[in-house]
Amino acid sequence: MVALTTALRDTGIDAADGTPADALDGQVPACVARPTSTEQVAAVLREASARDAVTVVRGKGTKQTLGGVCPATDLLIDTSAMDRLIEHQPGDLIVRVEAGMPLAALQEHVRASGQRLGLDEPVPGGTVGGALATNTSGAHRLQLGTARDLLIGVTVVLADGTVARSGGKVVKNVAGYDLGKLLVGSYGTLAVITEATFRLHPVPDTGRWVSATVRTDALEPLLARLCDSQLAPAALEIDWQPHGSATIALLLEGTTDGVAGRVEAATAEFAMPTTVDVDLDWPWSRPRATDDPGTLLKLTCRLGAVAEIATAAVELGLHLRGSAGTGVLYAAAPADASAASIAGMLQLLRPLTARSGGAAVVVTAPLAIRHDVDVWGPVSGLPIMRRLKEQFDPGRLLAPGRFVGGI
Amino acid sequence: MTDPKAPIAAVTAQLRSVLASGAIVDDPTQLATYDCDGLLHYRVTPALVVLARTADDVQHAVRACAEHGVPFVARGSGTGLSGGALPHADGVLIVMSGFREIRSVSARDQRAVVDPGVINLDVSTRTRPEGYYFAPDPSSQQVCSIGGNVAENSGGAHCLKYGFTATHVVAAEVVLPDGERTTLGGVAPDAPGYDVLGAFVGSEGTLGVATEVTVRLTRTPAAVQTFLAGFADTDSAGAAVSAIIGAGIVPAAIEMMDALAIEAAEAAVACNYPEGAGAVLVVELDGPEHEVQTELRESEAHCRTAGAFEIRIAADDEERQAIWRGRKSAFAAVGRISPDYIVQDGVIPRTALPEVLRAMTVLARERGVRVANVFHAGDGNLHPLVLFDERVPGQGDAAEETSGAILDLCLAHGGSITGEHGVGADKAKHMPKMFTDADLDTMQLVRCAFDPTGISNPGKVFPTPRLCGEVPGKRNAAHPVQDAGLGEVF
Repeated sequence: MVALTTALRDTGIDAADGTPADALDGQVPACVARPTSTEQVAAVLREASARDAVTVVRGKGTKQTLGGVCPATDLLIDTSAMDRLIEHQPGDLIVRVEAGMPLAALQEHVRASGQRLGLDEPVPGGTVGGALATNTSGAHRLQLGTARDLLIGVTVVLADGTVARSGGKVVKNVAGYDLGKLLVGSYGTLAVITEATFRLHPVPDTGRWVSATVRTDALEPLLARLCDSQLAPAALEIDWQPHGSATIALLLEGTTDGVAGRVEAATAEFAMPTTVDVDLDWPWSRPRATDDPGTLLKLTCRLGAVAEIATAAVELGLHLRGSAGTGVLYAAAPADASAASIAGMLQLLRPLTARSGGAAVVVTAPLAIRHDVDVWGPVSGLPIMRRLKEQFDPGRLLAPGRFVGGI
Repeated sequence: MTDPKAPIAAVTAQLRSVLASGAIVDDPTQLATYDCDGLLHYRVTPALVVLARTADDVQHAVRACAEHGVPFVARGSGTGLSGGALPHADGVLIVMSGFREIRSVSARDQRAVVDPGVINLDVSTRTRPEGYYFAPDPSSQQVCSIGGNVAENSGGAHCLKYGFTATHVVAAEVVLPDGERTTLGGVAPDAPGYDVLGAFVGSEGTLGVATEVTVRLTRTPAAVQTFLAGFADTDSAGAAVSAIIGAGIVPAAIEMMDALAIEAAEAAVACNYPEGAGAVLVVELDGPEHEVQTELRESEAHCRTAGAFEIRIAADDEERQAIWRGRKSAFAAVGRISPDYIVQDGVIPRTALPEVLRAMTVLARERGVRVANVFHAGDGNLHPLVLFDERVPGQGDAAEETSGAILDLCLAHGGSITGEHGVGADKAKHMPKMFTDADLDTMQLVRCAFDPTGISNPGKVFPTPRLCGEVPGKRNAAHPVQDAGLGEVF
């Protein structure tokens, strides 16, 4: 699609033909555009939709193997030139940034004011837009929630180039539909996110992890005690390797004295030998970064079923890690696991998680596996999701095939 | 053209065959009792009322409406302050207040499954013995329903720390405007797919009707401390709020009342707030014991530095209730000092508080009315009460004008036209001040996906309905609205 590259350049937009380094799922996009503003994204999408160009967004490219396989992509919109911090109001605890800003850069900026965005970065190096599109989260979600709780305003560009905004820059706001909720975790299939406004939280004085190695039969009773405690933990994590024992770690954050007191109370609650650390060497929920070639599953369930689901996953030879305090677990398969073995695991884990109110999805996997395996599995409410897609992107131009039900 | 009453007659006949006889109200006198919600100056008598007790009842009603192209409005306890449950004159009002059982509670899973008509406070009353509660606490929590909370994404004093209804609802069974029943979200977090539930919560009944709600339960905190601080004026109280938040403290709540609001509360409930105070703050801290004590000391110091002349720390639950009584009664209490009043709901960035309060005083003075202020200071959610006397010629208009000007003031400071009461029928006209046509049209794409014929609570939220294109694959017969010969009505 040389015509698109030329047309975009003619309108003053940085565009080039795709190179092998831009390949998505093994296919090189015809054109890579590097817009510098929301208006430029709109101009790019007007040109692209007029040509029925299949379009995918890329920030730093750390999450391009998440979700289903995209067909051949005509246009890749690279947001890395949209990396500005637009507004940070420390007194109001809000920050507004362009979507191509690296999440780490945002965190660094607001940290200077003693603040943080309550979003962990399970895949290092990514952008704010990427974190929103894939709804990544980590250990702190227990206390601070996910992007759906922290995003208070969003600017998006629809496939046809329409620029729209919802929310605002105040935390409390119920004017109009909250499009941000729909956009977070939509894998780039509804619109292109160009700006985001978040609520921030103060950085606590200190934090301590209290952890213990736990026998399988002691797991559920311990998790039940910790979940029911009044320790107000910031995180409750599990790490469990096949053929090993589970480690349970509780993060306490707050004032220095307060945390010291709660560490003592937590140790009593564990009622087994514990260690206390400032940091964990596995802090952000996932067993491995997603650029690893292996398969990573996400298993969700009600709180009371965490031990059962974790046990089942480990018995299948998966390395399990995740938020035992919210019921969001990640399980990594050995790098050489075949499509057939992954499919077999899902056949077992899907009914098991479904019975516990959750689901088993493939977060990422080698291309061959993503081709052969249903990465999303059964989805409740799929017809209404299809209707949403039909309204937002009737031409199915935005990342087709990536999302649930082939959306 | 066919008789305009024909569709509602058809719906009534159809529902008589499937619903219990007591579930249908079509007597004009009885219908008139449903003519408004908590926003009393908007009144419309519905054409038919259905008293739903089960999800099947709701589904029957919605399906009948969809088949005959008749609008419907769901109503919980009718406490909303934006006319979100204002009936439609040619439509069906589906009353959910009799549909109210708590279906299950699981402390281990931190979830409760409830009917939409369940009263907000009843969830916490039921779960507190097990050490849990439902965090959203609108001031009307003794009477408002969970279904209404879902529709409005209700907040309350404690959402500063704990978030809104959207944060605390994890799944809902809903009847979509075409009569289909589906489940959105899940007991576990991060259900695969779009966060349709997130869009549904706060959609003010325009995307369908929730028939079962799964809520998150929050562990009760180990310690709670509440104190009342009296200040000479709102500026110094505002400075105290900024200092507390700036110190990195996240209180469970920080509420402010100005002199006029205090006067009203005193008259109504004799709350005995500090004498001569031009403003009071109610500050609540909760969490682990040690942190709460530390934050209490620090917050108290910030208040004193900002000029608090009296600080009263609640010694026990009874004293805590006494402190809150004045705050929670404030809206109704204003009736003691003014024959008429408008409750406004706007949001500003918290740091703009002193400036906005001063500007508001000027606005009111210019128009010859008074404004009492009661608000969630921690998150900049203002509830100015515009006081006036309808009997004085021109005062009603002046009050309306002041109320609208306050919203403009909020927007000029980068805020919002509603923080928790919703847009409803009342504020749809203000939406274009906050959003562009493209913004509103894009939001209405969601509406089109759920409700292409616009029968679910029409006339709310959006000033102008968007015409939805036919959704491919969704219908294979003629449009029901056309079938009913009503195409031009919509």
